[in-house]
Amino acid sequence: MSVAKPLPHESARLHVTGTARYTDDIPAPKGCLHLAFGLAEVARGRLDALDLSAVREAPGVVAVLTAEDLDPMPDCSPSNGDEPLLCTGEIHYAGQPLYLVVADTHLAARRAARLHEARVTEAPAILTIEDAVDAESWFDGGPRVWTDGDVAAGLAEAPHRLEGQIEIGGQEHFYLEGHAALAIPSEAGEMHVLTSTQHPTEIQHKVAEALGVPMHAVRSEVRRMGGAFGGKESQGNALAVACAVAAERTGRACRMRYDRDDDFVVTGKRHDFRVAYEVGHDEAGRVFAVRFLHWTRCGWSQDLSLPVADRAMLHADNAYDIPVMSIESWRLRTNTQSATAFRGFGGPQGMLGIERVMDHVAHAVGRDPLEVRRANFYADARGEGGASGGDISEAKMPAGGTGRTHYGQAVTDSCLGALTEQLAESCDYDGRRRRVAGWNAANPVLKRGIALTPVKFGISFTLTHLNQAGALVHVYADGSIHLNHGGTEMGQGLHSKVAQVAADRFGCDLARVRVTATDTGKVPNTSATAASSGADLNGMAVRAACDTIRDRIAAFLAETHQAEAASVVFAEDAVNVGGATYPFEEAAAMAYAGRVSLSSTGYYATPEIEWDRAAGRGRPFYYFAYGAACSEVVIDTLTGENRILRTDILHDAGASLNPALDIGQIEGGFVQGAGWLTTEELVWDEAGRLRTHAPSTYKIPCASDVPDVFEVALWDAPNRAETIYRSKAVGEPPLMHGISVFLALSDAVAACGTGYPALDAPATAERVLGAVRRLG
Amino acid sequence: MEIDFRLNGEDVTATTDDPTATLLDWLRNEAGLPGTKEGCNEGDCGACSVIVTGADGVPRAFNACILFLPQLAGRAVRTVEGLTGPDGTMHPVQRAMIDRHGSQCGFCTPGFVTTMAAAHARGDTDHADQIAGNLCRCTGYAPILRAARDIEGEPIPDHMRDTAPAPAIRSARTFHPQSADELAEWYVDHSDATLVAGATDVGLWVTKQFRALDGIAFLAGCNDLRGVAVTDDAIEIGAMTDIEALRAAVAPYHPSFGELLRRYGSVQVRNAATLGGNIANGSPIGDSPPPLIALGAKLHLRRGDVRRSMPLEDFYLDYGKQDRQPGEFVERVTIPRRADSLLCHKLSKRFDQDISAVCGAFNLPEADGALRDVRIAFGGMAGIPKRARAAEAALEGRARNAETLAAAAEALAEDFTPLTDMRASAGYRLQAAQGMLRRLATDAPSILTVQA
Repeated sequence: MSVAKPLPHESARLHVTGTARYTDDIPAPKGCLHLAFGLAEVARGRLDALDLSAVREAPGVVAVLTAEDLDPMPDCSPSNGDEPLLCTGEIHYAGQPLYLVVADTHLAARRAARLHEARVTEAPAILTIEDAVDAESWFDGGPRVWTDGDVAAGLAEAPHRLEGQIEIGGQEHFYLEGHAALAIPSEAGEMHVLTSTQHPTEIQHKVAEALGVPMHAVRSEVRRMGGAFGGKESQGNALAVACAVAAERTGRACRMRYDRDDDFVVTGKRHDFRVAYEVGHDEAGRVFAVRFLHWTRCGWSQDLSLPVADRAMLHADNAYDIPVMSIESWRLRTNTQSATAFRGFGGPQGMLGIERVMDHVAHAVGRDPLEVRRANFYADARGEGGASGGDISEAKMPAGGTGRTHYGQAVTDSCLGALTEQLAESCDYDGRRRRVAGWNAANPVLKRGIALTPVKFGISFTLTHLNQAGALVHVYADGSIHLNHGGTEMGQGLHSKVAQVAADRFGCDLARVRVTATDTGKVPNTSATAASSGADLNGMAVRAACDTIRDRIAAFLAETHQAEAASVVFAEDAVNVGGATYPFEEAAAMAYAGRVSLSSTGYYATPEIEWDRAAGRGRPFYYFAYGAACSEVVIDTLTGENRILRTDILHDAGASLNPALDIGQIEGGFVQGAGWLTTEELVWDEAGRLRTHAPSTYKIPCASDVPDVFEVALWDAPNRAETIYRSKAVGEPPLMHGISVFLALSDAVAACGTGYPALDAPATAERVLGAVRRLG
Repeated sequence: MEIDFRLNGEDVTATTDDPTATLLDWLRNEAGLPGTKEGCNEGDCGACSVIVTGADGVPRAFNACILFLPQLAGRAVRTVEGLTGPDGTMHPVQRAMIDRHGSQCGFCTPGFVTTMAAAHARGDTDHADQIAGNLCRCTGYAPILRAARDIEGEPIPDHMRDTAPAPAIRSARTFHPQSADELAEWYVDHSDATLVAGATDVGLWVTKQFRALDGIAFLAGCNDLRGVAVTDDAIEIGAMTDIEALRAAVAPYHPSFGELLRRYGSVQVRNAATLGGNIANGSPIGDSPPPLIALGAKLHLRRGDVRRSMPLEDFYLDYGKQDRQPGEFVERVTIPRRADSLLCHKLSKRFDQDISAVCGAFNLPEADGALRDVRIAFGGMAGIPKRARAAEAALEGRARNAETLAAAAEALAEDFTPLTDMRASAGYRLQAAQGMLRRLATDAPSILTVQA
């Protein structure tokens, strides 16, 4: 068995020896040219004139392309065609590409791209939520509203009501490898594009469109990315299209990488949100009705903002069975970078909204927030099998609970009751809550806080047709196995997991299996590696391909050995048939000699899901992934400085395909989520220029920010849905464990007075001190 | 120009027309060694970390993205490609990183393993500090710290013991003084030139601002400007003393200053950056001036053979303007020897490897139950590092207690009108600075010492 083992990442040895190749490490073909964008410096206006004489005369410059040179202007949007590669007259944000420099070195291109003189008639930039609402600047034709029950009545009937609001900042992905692409022109208008992308097919599609060729003329490839986190789902399009267009015109290979500051300034980030709420609840903290208002700044183009904002709505319940809920979601168009996918895809923002509500309600009723949370949980699943969507008649509901989400999906796979109980016990939540109170009574300056928060995250693309995957597997006559699938490797260990699946299907050593670069010439029409779906979808597709080949080998050997095909066993790197045992390579050679096809595709489409986006009803998710985290923090009430002291996490990865990789996703996701809500602050100035555009000013967590005590464990239970080896998706859900840090900080602030802290995110030292002072 | 140095055990000569060509670009574009990565091109992420060994034989991590080729003359460089032994045996840190699942995307990994290998070779086990200059976005650092702990005490592979070759550089366009005297004589006639010591600031002029530098003197050969001497009267610090050496030298005498310097940049930055550079560039947010001013440090400047000294605070005239004549350079700094009464408070968005929003230094000597010779200095509160004269006056001659410190905190509003920027708002800067003073009246420990 190669699955379920804590095996190292398939590229670990290459990583530590510096021999793993990333897009910009691929040796440049002879005569390769280098590109850089010249960028807009104002957030909104009309580009009246662009003097590029100094750019053209700069050393090393081979060509300069502007809107005049590109007709039709290639589009880079993944959704609705509103992202011209270069500015066509209207400047939409500070950082928008105005023109493209083609030069003989990267440095020459970057230097030249600063030398333009742009004459711009500036217009008042729409930067804030208020600006956008006032200007009626939004996408989706207005607010999207989902209503589940009569909220006005629910609020009116509840014994108590409260309202509040939270600001939730965005987040820069800060993948360590910035965006990069390389386009190599070939014969007959063909283009080979290597891009650091989560979505090779989208690159293929946008490049083909830009070149005016069918998709078959473009081959899109990526071996690995140096981190992505959603930031390379659509944001690589511009580089790939630019390289392809320049390569077509010059007949030479063209490559491009963003310098880090450009990467910050040009590309999209996590959406910032404002969430306002009205809640009806009782003395015990049971919530009967919530009315949410979401506002999010989507930036200048639509990109993926609609599904992101949808997913925020879909996670507005998180773990709680709330009988009546309505959500009104405004997707605002602003003159800023186009906010994009980022691990969680809106889910974290929606989830933080309801977690804030639970915390606020607990404060109002004077109860432990964990007690209030538990009182509102969806009921735990009973008995065997059945993912969410099945029968809920057995479930024990909270008072007034429906067992269904606000979009109508039955929640029948919850384990949060048992899971939080186990976590609360293992981390001694009750004892530590008392000790925190004791410390706070004794220490006037340093205050501690603790919070235990749950995660319930829906797994599947909400755009239902994306829930499909393909694979291509070859068994060679020497017994080695080459496999490709539609997913991309960004560090998450997808290729490792998929290789483990293949080795398990063939009962062979993992060393026989090699996963090579994701390539649209191998597996077509792929979905982005996103929505945590990589292993779920591609693991199944690979399994199907492997099983096809395995069954062919079995049938052949059964026939030659007068045995039943079903009795052929693939195990321990060998094949047993009719009493004979052949090493796997021998079996492969025999099958080859027997003229058996040893190559197969595999395909998978997620069953049972259906979703009516307009109505906000259906079963968008195949299942839910669960988990909970408890964090303890300390704050300095005179400066606002704060630290995480301890974090315990118990997370549901189903029957893990690889516990080491899954623990890695959980630890890393938590730290990334904690960073989002603490030190990672994006600051735009009044003119709409991003002021935090490098690691000198934008602070992701570093090693000392990890809690000294950091205990992560897997909730060991198979997925109730029929996923690959009953595992669960694990990419996004752990990020939201960072919410425990934010609410622990709020808890610490609450120790400074009697009011509710109403902390905003990110909880920088400045925001923490501000909250302390408001209470004091 | 041609620069001789040693690369992964082999003597090499780098040839370039550009004296500000970086080691990173040379490794990736010329030497065919793409293992070293570009993450930020400004020395803040550590993806480009390499090990540099100088004449003292001590291996240290540096950021290759802001290390100019001429700085390498007479040094040995070891990149990720040179960590594995000649027989193919992986370095213990490489093995531990695999065993502990310390890489996910792997892009930051070459920088981590080189930084960790340098720490391992020196026997340093303050792991979180050692890797504070290496950013990882995937793992959350936990497995990397486990890997670092795993290899504590493991033998250093023989091939890792680099020795530095004799410095050799052949250049018509750049100047490479071998002593302070040589520098002094040359700089009088070339006062428009840029002096490059550690290049942690000048590096960004080149990689981010594309400034053309006409005339450069690389000061690496000025060994007489390096080092710390402690006499009965003073701690004397040469301008070319790097921050890591400064930290080691001052920590025994002024532990809080040492702790502040622990959080100055990162190991890679502290190994390169010099005290002279941190003072002379005039930044209002440099972390060494506030404690030095609070300690009553003197700055010693030299132009040709003319030397003069001044209290450090007098050097800073206005934002971007220092009391330095053309052709004049910082030769050394002296801190008077006194019993330690210095407390520093560095406030930043992230504790490690972050530029201060506010850096406060409070020297509060007491005699006969009263505060005497109070000196308080702040960075980040004005256009220059500056003393808080009104706050000092509120404390001078008074008892140290909550009341007097609260009065001093109030007085800070007279001393400073801070600015709002991406690091902090003006209001918060003042509130936090006041909080630092009020905090001195309490027995609250540093937040960094609190345990779970």
